[in-house]
Amino acid sequence: MIATNKLCLRAGGRLLLEDFNWHAGKGECWCIIGRNGAGKSTLLRTLAGMRAADGGSVSIGGRVLSQWPLVALARERAYLAQSRSDAFGYRVIESVLMARHPYHADRYWEGSDDHVAAEAALRALDVFELAQRDVRTLSGGERQRVAIAALLAQDTPLLLLDEPANALDLAHQVSVMKLVAALCRQQGKTVVMVGHDLNLAQQVASHALLLMGDGHWRAGPVADTLQPALLSACLGHPIQTIVHQGRTIYMAGQ
Amino acid sequence: MTTLQPDAAQRRQRVIVALMAVLALLALLVSGVVGSVSLALGELPGALADIAAGRVSSLSATLLDLRLGRATAAFATGAALALAGVMMQALLRNPLADPYVLGISSGAAVGALLALLFGAALWVVELGALAGALAISLLLFLLARRDLGGQGRAEVTGDSSTLLLTGVILASACMALVTLMLSIAPESRLRGMVFWMIGDLSGAQWRVLPWVVLGGALAFALRQARALNVMALHADGASALGVDAGALRRALFVVSALLTASAVSTAGSLGFVGLIVPHACRYAFGPDHRVLLPAAALAGGAFLVLADTLARTVLAPQQLPVGVLTALIGVPIFLLQLHQLRLRRS
Repeated sequence: MIATNKLCLRAGGRLLLEDFNWHAGKGECWCIIGRNGAGKSTLLRTLAGMRAADGGSVSIGGRVLSQWPLVALARERAYLAQSRSDAFGYRVIESVLMARHPYHADRYWEGSDDHVAAEAALRALDVFELAQRDVRTLSGGERQRVAIAALLAQDTPLLLLDEPANALDLAHQVSVMKLVAALCRQQGKTVVMVGHDLNLAQQVASHALLLMGDGHWRAGPVADTLQPALLSACLGHPIQTIVHQGRTIYMAGQ
Repeated sequence: MTTLQPDAAQRRQRVIVALMAVLALLALLVSGVVGSVSLALGELPGALADIAAGRVSSLSATLLDLRLGRATAAFATGAALALAGVMMQALLRNPLADPYVLGISSGAAVGALLALLFGAALWVVELGALAGALAISLLLFLLARRDLGGQGRAEVTGDSSTLLLTGVILASACMALVTLMLSIAPESRLRGMVFWMIGDLSGAQWRVLPWVVLGGALAFALRQARALNVMALHADGASALGVDAGALRRALFVVSALLTASAVSTAGSLGFVGLIVPHACRYAFGPDHRVLLPAAALAGGAFLVLADTLARTVLAPQQLPVGVLTALIGVPIFLLQLHQLRLRRS
C-alpha cells in the first residue's frame, strides 16, 4: 500500500530518520512511537505528501508521490492533522461534505451519494446531532471527532492519523480506536497513526514503528516491537509492563 | 433525528442569489429615478429604449444616460471590491481582511496622486492608479513568494504572516509618498487629490473594462468556489483533499489584485465596501463560498449604487465623495457585527 525507499528526514539541521526502508500492507494498522521531536509528525506529513522528503522517496500503490495527481492521491490517502484552527464558521456538515471534494471534480454541488457518506461518517463518530453546529463552537473533543468523521467520509484505502485520540475523553478514545481497528480488519484499510498512549496502541495496532530520534528506527509486528526494553530505549524512560486479566499494561517506571 | 437533505443548500443558494439580484436591480432603478430632477417611473421605458437605440436627445433620456452611466460604474466598482474582499479574506484566512490590507490601494494612490499633482487628464489619473496598483502587487508577489507557495506544491505553509507584514510595510511606504505629494501640492489641486483618497464617483461614466475584469473574476471565483471552501477550512491541509493550495493562493492573489486595481482606478481608494459587504454577507448567508461569492458581488454593487445616489442627492447641489458615506455607513455596521461576533463566540 505505502512504502518508503531510502527516506531521509531532517528538521532544523537535525537528522531525524536515515535510510528508512519500510512498507505497510493492506489491513495493517501501524502505530508510530517516539519521544517529542523524534520526527513522528514530520514522517507522517512526508508520507502524506504534504512535505518534501530530504532524500529518498515515498510511494503509494507502487507509484512515487510526485507522480500522483493531487486529486487522485486524495482518493487514495486521507490525512488527519494534529490540530485545527478554524477561521470561518462552517457548519459541521459542511466540513464533512468538503472531504468529498476529490470525488466531484466538475460538480458545483455535492450529490446525494456525498450526503449518504457524510451522514454515515457523522453517525459512526457519534456526532450526527451536531451536524448544523458552527465548528468554532464545538469542544476540543467534539471537533476532533468531526475531523475524524470527515476523514471517514473521504473514504480512502490509506489513513494517516496524527494523534487521533487527542482531546478525546476515555470512552471516545476507546470507541475511536475500535473504529480504527474495524476499518483495518473488516474493510482492509491501511492505517498509520501517531500516538502517545502505549496501551491504546497495543490494543489496536498490528505493527509498530519506533523512532529513536537519532536517525535509527525499528519496525515490526507489535509482539516484537512493543517490548519494554525497546520502548525504554525509544522513549528515554524505563517502561514496565504488568499483565492484568490477560492484557499487557504499560507503565512508566520510577 | 432527521436525515440530511441534499438539495437544500442548492435551493437556498438560488433563492439568495435571486433576492440579491432583485435588490441590485432596484438599486439601479432608484439611482436612475432620483436626482435634482426626478423622473417618473412611467418615463423610464421610453428613455431606456432611446438610450438603447443610441438616441440620447430628450431630457429624460439624457438624465437617465448620465445617471445610469455613473450607477453602472458604481455597481462594477462595488461588486469588484466586495469580490476582492471575499477572496482576500479566504487567502489570508482572516474574516477581517480587506482588499486594501496588502497595500494595493496605497500603490494606486501613489500613481493617481502623481498624475493629479501634474494636473494630468482623467484618463492619465486612472492609468496612474492602475500602474501603481499593479506595480505594488508585483513587488509584493516577488517579496512574499514563499507564502504564496513557490514551485514545490508540497511546500505551502498556509501561514500568511510574511505576505501580510510585507503588504503592511509596503502600504506605509506608499502612504509616506502620498503624504509627501499632498504636502508639496499646490492649493488648487489639493481638493481633487483629497477626493481621490476618500473615493469619489463623480467623474465615472459608461465603461466596459471594469465589467470585463469583474466578469472574468466572477467566472474564476465560481469555478474555484468549492476549492476555496476547502482552503478556508483546512489551510495547508487543503492539499490532502486534492486542492493545489499554492496555485490557488497565487491565482487568488492575482485576481483580487486585478479587481482592486480596476476598482480603485475608477473610484479612488474607496474604503469599507470590500470589508463590510463580504463580512455582512458571511454573517447573513454563512461562509460557503458557493453562496457567498455571487451574493457578495451583487450586494457590493447594490450597496455602492445606493451610497453613491445618496452622495449626489443628500446635500444637492453639492456632491459628496461617496467614500465619506461608505465609511459613515460602514463603521457602525462593522463595529456592531464585531461586537455580536464576540458575544456569539464567548
